[in-house]
Amino acid sequence: MLEARDITFGYPGAKPLYSGFSLQVEPSERVALQAPSGFGKTTLCRVLAGFERPQAGEVLLDGRPLPRRGVCPVQLIQQHPEQAVDPRLRMRKTLAEAGDVPQELLDNLGIRDEWMQRYPHELSGGELQRFCIARALATRPRYLICDEVSTMLDAVTQAHIWRVLLDYAEREGAGMLLVSHTPALTERVATRKVKLSRGKS
Amino acid sequence: MLEKANDGAAAQAASANKAAAIAHEQTTHKDAQLHHHHTHAATSHHDGGHHLLQVEDLNVSFCMYDEDAPYFQAKQRDVQVLHGLSIAVHAGEIVAVVGASGSGKTLLADAVLGLFEPNSTVTGRIWFDGERMDAEGLRALRGHGLSLVPQSVSHLDPMMRVGKQVEGFANALSKAERKARREQLFERYGLGPEVARLYPHELSGGMARRVLLCCALMDDPRVIVADEPTPGLDLDLAVRALDDFRSFANEGNGVLLITHDIELALRVADRVAVFKDGTVVEEAAVANFADPALLSDPFTRALWHALPEHDFAATASTDEQGRGNASIDKGGRSC
Repeated sequence: MLEARDITFGYPGAKPLYSGFSLQVEPSERVALQAPSGFGKTTLCRVLAGFERPQAGEVLLDGRPLPRRGVCPVQLIQQHPEQAVDPRLRMRKTLAEAGDVPQELLDNLGIRDEWMQRYPHELSGGELQRFCIARALATRPRYLICDEVSTMLDAVTQAHIWRVLLDYAEREGAGMLLVSHTPALTERVATRKVKLSRGKS
Repeated sequence: MLEKANDGAAAQAASANKAAAIAHEQTTHKDAQLHHHHTHAATSHHDGGHHLLQVEDLNVSFCMYDEDAPYFQAKQRDVQVLHGLSIAVHAGEIVAVVGASGSGKTLLADAVLGLFEPNSTVTGRIWFDGERMDAEGLRALRGHGLSLVPQSVSHLDPMMRVGKQVEGFANALSKAERKARREQLFERYGLGPEVARLYPHELSGGMARRVLLCCALMDDPRVIVADEPTPGLDLDLAVRALDDFRSFANEGNGVLLITHDIELALRVADRVAVFKDGTVVEEAAVANFADPALLSDPFTRALWHALPEHDFAATASTDEQGRGNASIDKGGRSC
């Protein structure tokens, strides 16, 4: 179980975004986080995936804190793929950050061979996001955090990518936390919704 | 570079263009009637006998090293990304461009704004408000008549407070007027006064998106090219942004709304151009999206079926191998 326990987080010089926030995600669940723009959903995703350390409280995976080294078993797929890759690495190297990526996964995501030699700025937002998803899934995470992963995709690709993500979650028994502003999509994929409001969960 | 005609030829072309434009004005535009490579909606006007923005036969290619060849032996070759693209925006109109990811939607926006990558070759004809444009002309228009809402939030200057960025520096209004206008826009989009003092990295995705929107609305443009303006905005804000585009268009301006969000596009647009593999495969009136049977291109129908509120079907995926036989059902399941 992925658990956020009494988390307090704020950026330096600003008021805390939340204090004493708690959330639990079971491996079988797909939890949708809902809050207005600017509330701190993305920050919460980053805290849960170990990118930020909370000022108080802890993030626990099966009762233990997230590992400080090695591949994090909680993988975050970010909202802006262009900010999640090294602009000076070709895509082949970016993918290699996750070790060996099975060809089947690349095929499922529709990643073309010719994109491998390109730099991030030579790909579209949607193409880049597929690489980010491949990189995250190739590490076989126990939990996936999807922060608006499909907002830059057309409807067909969105349906396709979500099929890959849901298949993965089902096959590996991975839990999922997702943020989406599209109510229809949330209805489709989430098993539970959590509304955030100022001050508490 | 856009083709540059010499002066004589340009003048000749201009007069021929004028004659054609007047003829154009006199044709009656029935709703959704197809001519000049595009359809019309009931609200389309031709102010002064021309389109507000017209793009014809746009081709964009990139000179790249051959990706399949070994590193040191790779030859350069041209990769064509947009081909034979025509689209027009009338005064008072929102034209939505929806299409597959990676089909070149953003390149269309870049070409219209005269933002060319150093390794690109762009050919075609672009008219703005009846005037034939070249690369210089487009550059001069940028921010003075033609505004862009860029797709990537990385378009903000990371070293400058956002209030200052929105207020800009090189336009006709005085400093105080710009500040007042910026405050008004911030208030409208629910950005508090403290946001003006923040740097871009301190903004959330949705806030950055709103800041970009404010930038475009700052100096009364005629045409806004909005490249995916809504991701990251909650539904309420997205609708408010689109309503603003609608009222902007209703004042006789034009909007080219590039988006993947068909549902939101249908809410405000007059016409929808469906984009695939670098060209427009179908232009449909908004009403046609009520029923997939009214859509003529298989890809448009696939888009319709893929919407989460319809079937969420990943059939005819943009998967590239399936190009050209988009109507083949690959047995996508729905949840």
